[in-house]
Amino acid sequence: MFARGLKRKCVGHEEDVEGALAGLKTVSSYSLQRQSLLDMSLVKLQLCHMLVEPNLCRSVLIANTVRQIQEEMTQDGTWRAVAPQAAERAPLDHLVSTEILCRAAWGQEGAHPAPGLGDGHTQGPVSDLCPVTSAQAPRHLQSSAWEMDGPRENRGSFHKSLDQIFETLETKNPSCMEELFSDVDSPYYDLDTVLTGMMGGARPGPCEGLEGLAPATPGPSSSCKSDLGELDHVVEILVET
Amino acid sequence: MVLQPSERHYRDWNHRRLGPWCSPTGSPAPLSCETGCGEGSWILVCRLLVPTQVSLLSMEEDIDTRKINNSFLRDHSYATEADIISTVEFNHTGELLATGDKGGRVVIFQREQESKNQVHRRGEYNVYSTFQSHEPEFDYLKSLEIEEKINKIRWLPQQNAAYFLLSTNDKTVKLWKVSERDKRPEGYNLKDEEGRLRDPATITTLRVPVLRPMDLMVEATPRRVFANAHTYHINSISVNSDYETYMSADDLRINLWNFEITNQSFNIVDIKPANMEELTEVITAAEFHPHHCNTFVYSSSKGTIRLCDMRASALCDRHTKFFEEPEDPSNRSFFSEIISSISDVKFSHSGRYIMTRDYLTVKVWDLNMENRPIETYQVHDYLRSKLCSLYENDCIFDKFECVWNGSDSVIMTGSYNNFFRMFDRNTKRDVTLEASRENSKPRAILKPRKVCVGGKRRKDEISVDSLDFSKKILHTAWHPSENIIAVAATNNLYIFQDKVN
Repeated sequence: MFARGLKRKCVGHEEDVEGALAGLKTVSSYSLQRQSLLDMSLVKLQLCHMLVEPNLCRSVLIANTVRQIQEEMTQDGTWRAVAPQAAERAPLDHLVSTEILCRAAWGQEGAHPAPGLGDGHTQGPVSDLCPVTSAQAPRHLQSSAWEMDGPRENRGSFHKSLDQIFETLETKNPSCMEELFSDVDSPYYDLDTVLTGMMGGARPGPCEGLEGLAPATPGPSSSCKSDLGELDHVVEILVET
Repeated sequence: MVLQPSERHYRDWNHRRLGPWCSPTGSPAPLSCETGCGEGSWILVCRLLVPTQVSLLSMEEDIDTRKINNSFLRDHSYATEADIISTVEFNHTGELLATGDKGGRVVIFQREQESKNQVHRRGEYNVYSTFQSHEPEFDYLKSLEIEEKINKIRWLPQQNAAYFLLSTNDKTVKLWKVSERDKRPEGYNLKDEEGRLRDPATITTLRVPVLRPMDLMVEATPRRVFANAHTYHINSISVNSDYETYMSADDLRINLWNFEITNQSFNIVDIKPANMEELTEVITAAEFHPHHCNTFVYSSSKGTIRLCDMRASALCDRHTKFFEEPEDPSNRSFFSEIISSISDVKFSHSGRYIMTRDYLTVKVWDLNMENRPIETYQVHDYLRSKLCSLYENDCIFDKFECVWNGSDSVIMTGSYNNFFRMFDRNTKRDVTLEASRENSKPRAILKPRKVCVGGKRRKDEISVDSLDFSKKILHTAWHPSENIIAVAATNNLYIFQDKVN
């Protein structure tokens, strides 16, 4: 369906989206669709059921899709193109500190993001990589190079639903307690680890700095817990914490 | 210990109630389904509702169904999510039909016996036994619920008067014995008729208790519980042709069990990577070969099938055969991998072929040819342009099953809008039928349905955009020797029969 050149059907209100993006030079509708798919996939990976173990097969398939998109975006050069367009190129150490901030946010009981995050740093690649913590995500999306300034409402019904999802996630504070028991070595569908895996392969140049983001905050519900089946592992975690 | 089962598959285990165990005849069971699927020749035999706690009788039901389900809930608007049927399976003779539901219950239906008075009632299935197989559990270590939903039921071949089946949820497999009792002892010395103890001083004579007839009672007892062997969710169980072992498969591992031993199982396949970050593929289904007790296959989320020989090594991580179809570059999209994920794999009765179901197609593979299937059938190719929406609403992850008919000439699988499809492998004809309350009157012939893809919609056709994606037929079963099929639509079980019968 996302083959190039073919009209995509996923997002309605194409005219609105394109109108909002009139100012952006290089974004084609295909790239936008691809980005939508990426966003949708990331949201799906986060929205794991809290009470019942999520479906591992589904998580694996979604994560593979995310990886596929990332790979294509790299080959396109669109991946790298995002970084230079960012308002401020954050130095490597700043990105590292972002990670530390993410961890700190995770350690606290809130879903609140690290304070440094939404403030004009390199948000393009970060937003692509880490719309992980719910409260962070809208901020990322807002300042993402992929997006226009202005309200997200312009992006059509699909993105509106994404926002609703994020708002719902934000209220799910109790779930953050579960993070303390999540696998620090990151289960597969831990988003950031997934993205690390994707990044490890083929990102030369400016994107290398992004590896520092690697094990950033797992999403509030992303650690889907199937890896916790390993008793030893869990004991390890408890002992370490 | 391991039997060569080349003939066992064809032995007729036909067995009367409470009669002595019949020795096998040694001749192939007669198959009455050589006629193929036919067009427009399927009739609804009965529609059964899985019973729930609320027993309200609905007055607008047909007389037929009321007689059959006279003590169970009929009005489907009261059905709860627990009633959603999650698996359907005929036993080896077709006399019994088992369903499992999301509430952890197993309901077994039995075929109505032929009788002179009510000839037209033959072929109908009535409730035979109901029992709670699995209860919801809570894993305290992970703070997660373990669903009681029955993922699969598999019957064991009959070896005595009782019936045995395996039922499994995500974590635990149970062996159930279903047996009948129609006699009870009467005339105890120490107890009176109500079971109260008698005062020994009042006993002046002794008598021998005798067996007296009683109302038939069917009781189900759990005989074995095979637990704590799976970290991930069990998706398949398969009874081996040696009838002494079976396997259970979860997302990453397959274990081999002996029916007699519950505290041990052998791990025969393990695809869990050392580093879970590297996980890209999971096991989706597994089945033993119907005759060769050393051979089994398992399918993956990447659209591949591996055939393994347990004689080769204890851990069958290295396959004997690897079945994969090369990707069609013209159809490539971001959803290619997801739609190639195999949701079901089934050996043909002959053991020569395997059938796989992925999201849009059913494929038949010859065991001797690994590089591509010998047949591919499009189930609902009109969905190919809707994959993005189906991804968004998660329908793209629906796991449809597929079944062979008794002679391996027809294959069947489900679709959306309560449609199900049959493909005749010989005539290459296919038919789409619907399992729905509105469109089925008992004994009326099912009308073939058609989905209109674009352009002008003819009168009886339904357009793709009108399809109801919440009404999906995931589970179907085909009688082992006759043209009788069971189709599960949410909480309804439809039994259809070929009119020729």
